[in-house]
Amino acid sequence: MQEILFFVLAAVAVLSALGMLLNKNPVYSVLLLIVTLFSIAGLYVLLNASFIAAVHLIVYAGAIMVLFLFVIMLLDIRADVEHINLKRLSRILALLATFIFLGETFLIIWMSLKGKAAFVGLGEGILGDVPSVGELLFTKYLLPFEIASVLLLVAIVGAIILAKRKLRPEPPAA
Amino acid sequence: MQALAEAAGKFVFFIGLIVLNIAAILTWVERKQSAVMQDRIGANRATIFGIRMLGMFHMLADMLKLFTKEFFIPMGARRFVYLLAPMISLLFALVGFAAIPFGDTLILGGREIPLQIANVNIGILYIFAVLGMAVYGVVLGAWASNNNYALLGGLRASAQMLSYEVAIGVSLVGVIMVYQTVDLMEIARAQGQLLWGWLPQWGILLQPLGFLIFMTAGIAETKRIPFDAPEGESEIVGYFIEYSGMGFGMYFLTDFLETILIASLTVTFFLGGFQVPYLYADGFHFPWGQAILLPNIAVAALQFLSFLIKLIVLLFIMMAIRWTLPRFRYDQIMHLGWKILLPASLINILITAVVLTIIG
Repeated sequence: MQEILFFVLAAVAVLSALGMLLNKNPVYSVLLLIVTLFSIAGLYVLLNASFIAAVHLIVYAGAIMVLFLFVIMLLDIRADVEHINLKRLSRILALLATFIFLGETFLIIWMSLKGKAAFVGLGEGILGDVPSVGELLFTKYLLPFEIASVLLLVAIVGAIILAKRKLRPEPPAA
Repeated sequence: MQALAEAAGKFVFFIGLIVLNIAAILTWVERKQSAVMQDRIGANRATIFGIRMLGMFHMLADMLKLFTKEFFIPMGARRFVYLLAPMISLLFALVGFAAIPFGDTLILGGREIPLQIANVNIGILYIFAVLGMAVYGVVLGAWASNNNYALLGGLRASAQMLSYEVAIGVSLVGVIMVYQTVDLMEIARAQGQLLWGWLPQWGILLQPLGFLIFMTAGIAETKRIPFDAPEGESEIVGYFIEYSGMGFGMYFLTDFLETILIASLTVTFFLGGFQVPYLYADGFHFPWGQAILLPNIAVAALQFLSFLIKLIVLLFIMMAIRWTLPRFRYDQIMHLGWKILLPASLINILITAVVLTIIG
């Protein structure tokens, strides 16, 4: 049962990710990316990591993708938009990303063959529940956690400053 | 296999029989209650062989009308998304009910059946995720309609829903702190315990500020008056302007389902869930020492009944609010969400933390 679910979810994830890349219409790309995020959340649940699955959906599908959709709809990007200026740069970046991804895959396979990495089988994980994640965040990983929150605070302040700057020169409404 | 059948049975009973029927009755309550509040007679035209039943048959008439009306797809609409959007809306309004505990365990033929469709151990986070997805049905429908008024309505809706989700999320942190769990079943069970030996530990008593914030933000989340700037049916029109027939019907139903979902969540978090004061798994145990022992099936029935009564009272209050207050202006909605509810819920967390530290 779990194996069947895994393969279905994995296939949906890969196919929708491919669809996202190959689709010309940016709104459909966003929708397919949301499908990918959902199937990855399903994979997390299969690994007993339901906390990560939920947070993944809340943050990415629930907030970030909505903003993506917002921007795309408001800017009304044409379906056949051409990226002439970006073509060269994006090719280099794409090559770089491909090499990094291949390297990581190779590393994982190599480590698993050598028996150096511990893998979690379906339904065997233990990083699921909220108390254990919370405890780790406030003990072992306190410093990275605090750094991340400071980073988020900086981003919030920056967003407020960017939003406020344009309003200042205008006189108050009569 | 048996677990699957059990879940399917619970799904049919709780969602098919209870929730959807309450949603249908709400459409009638909305019309009749507004009529009473505005000194009108209200819906009373629909009859079957001269029987009126206070206009109850208008539910059937409405349903027949929505099903038989033409489902029109406007020119230039993105067909696939246009068809998909109301279904997404309805889907995410329905799946939220999977985590609601309608009662404690029922023992049937030696099997312990928790009266909750799916026991999600990350309950509250699951609810956040489901509420977060509700935006998509609205935004996609608005965009696919190929209508600028619809798109503007969709933008108003999504900005409002995203803003109030923040307040909803932060206001529930206090609940998590008090009951030390995110599991909805455990939260409902914890509210059966007594404070000082006689006072039931309901959320509304331990988290009064959290209750007010959650209720307000929840009503805003349903996009109904006084927070109906996204649809504004009488003048500014909204995201489902281009939808007719069952497309509109699904959005209409979603509104009522979301109202019921928010009310069920409020009952679960703040009004003791399925708890009846002093009722335990084996019957009543009053603080003055008297005890009335009851079989399990009676206890389960009482708990379910208690949940339903609380839900109906809360729905009635929400409907009354809907017919009492005028619509807020859009800047007032944003002001309330970001500058009043969010700071208030942060203060609520602070107060809860201080009190919990002092108590122990």
